Amino acid sequence: MNYNNISNRAKPVDRHPMTFMEKIYLPAIAKGLSITLGHMFHKKATINYPEQTRPFSENFRGLHILNRDEEGRERCTACGLCALSCPAEAITMESAERKKGEEHLYKEEKYAAQYEINMLRCIFCGLCEEACPKDAIYLTQTFAPSNYKREGFIYKKEDLLIPNPKQITTNN
Amino acid sequence: MMLLAISLSFVIGKVILIAVILGGSLGIAMYSTWAERKVAAIMQDRTGPNRAGPFGLFQPLADGLKLFMKEEIIPVLSSKFLFILGPSLAMLVSCMTSAVIPWGPDLQFADGSIFSLQVADVNIGILFIFGAVSLGVYGIMLGAWASNNKYSLMSSIRAASQAISYELALGISMIALVMMSGSLSMREIVEQQHGFWKDGYFTWYVFKQPFVFLVFLVCSFAELNRAPFDMAECESELVGGYHTEYSSMKLGFYLFSEYINMFITSVILSTLFFGGYNYPGMDWVAAHVPPMIYSFIGVAVLLGKAVGFILFFMFIRWTIPRFRYDQLMNLGWKSLIPFALINMLITGAVILFFNK
Repeated sequence: MNYNNISNRAKPVDRHPMTFMEKIYLPAIAKGLSITLGHMFHKKATINYPEQTRPFSENFRGLHILNRDEEGRERCTACGLCALSCPAEAITMESAERKKGEEHLYKEEKYAAQYEINMLRCIFCGLCEEACPKDAIYLTQTFAPSNYKREGFIYKKEDLLIPNPKQITTNN
Repeated sequence: MMLLAISLSFVIGKVILIAVILGGSLGIAMYSTWAERKVAAIMQDRTGPNRAGPFGLFQPLADGLKLFMKEEIIPVLSSKFLFILGPSLAMLVSCMTSAVIPWGPDLQFADGSIFSLQVADVNIGILFIFGAVSLGVYGIMLGAWASNNKYSLMSSIRAASQAISYELALGISMIALVMMSGSLSMREIVEQQHGFWKDGYFTWYVFKQPFVFLVFLVCSFAELNRAPFDMAECESELVGGYHTEYSSMKLGFYLFSEYINMFITSVILSTLFFGGYNYPGMDWVAAHVPPMIYSFIGVAVLLGKAVGFILFFMFIRWTIPRFRYDQLMNLGWKSLIPFALINMLITGAVILFFNK
């Protein structure tokens, strides 16, 4: 037999004719049954999903949010660094200038009039989060729910913005 | 003029009994599908069906409903009559076998009348079962042949040859048991296994004829077309085997008849070898409870044994891989038949030597 045993673990195939004990099959069957019987008492691998959820790792990168500051103003200034850093080109935005009387809405003079992330393109690498100079975009520990239409996965600014902390307190 | 002597109440009683037996075996077959999935799941460290109802108990109902709702397709080039006859025959035959099984001790009513819990106490009960079981392969053959599909046909060829080979071993092994019992009637074989211990030995035939039991068990796996001998279905080689072309409730009939067969075979195994409705200490029970309750305890014991066998069948299915076809034939012809023959010879010699 001439073969290259590189890993030193290869074994030639055993082709001996079956012995009597092997021919009556019963010992082998009993062994198999004991194995499956043992598995009755093993821990189940199943996680009953809607009732139980698998815990995410601490640095899990999921769905994005757009952040607000303490006064409820949008932090994003539409600088475009997130879109630039995005390797999947999932982010698009349109900037606009803040007008008089909108100071309570936007933190800086420039803001994102439109901001879209295509969750089907996104690879959840987190580079946008790292690139953002204004702490405006973050990745959370949730993932995008399923949808029937592709359009449903394009998340608009309204979908991404976190609720206004001021409004919540006033509502309560 | 024997026929005229049969009273109306007798006929009604029998009809009710048949209805109960058929309904019961259909119900058990239904929940066998659930149990099979649960057993498989437990062995593979999963949970199995648990969405429909508590513990997934409504799953069989949902499955049945789904099968009814499916589109019924009859292939254009099939032979339509035979195509429909196939699953019907399979279902009919699997329901037929239950006729000769004694389900429990006779019911004794308050007015002293006795009602036998056996549809027909024919004195050739075992032969009837063999006949009915070997008819079962016709359902598969007709259906497969009529569907005009080469995979189905190959499957039916396998099924037929397998059934013929293993029926031989089955029949020869049973001769040894029949020689011991001296009767072909199921009722009498059960009565001989009364209680559990008599004259310093077990009464149950599994202890008197363990090798017959072994051969019978292996052959019944083959007769049932169940893993490890499920050559007829063989989904990894023959698409779906004999029911490749079937859909909707016709497919359901095939699958269902398989589970009914499994239940009936379990009952037969427990009747012939594990004492049927007999259990240790039954004489004490008979003396202490009303006869009606005593009968029902017997029925419950028989069903308990049958359920045990059903679980064992499932246990085997999810443990052992399928036999290769040549291995199957080698096992049948070169091992089981000679083994059964030798066992028959020895049994005959022993009976001749000691009894006469």
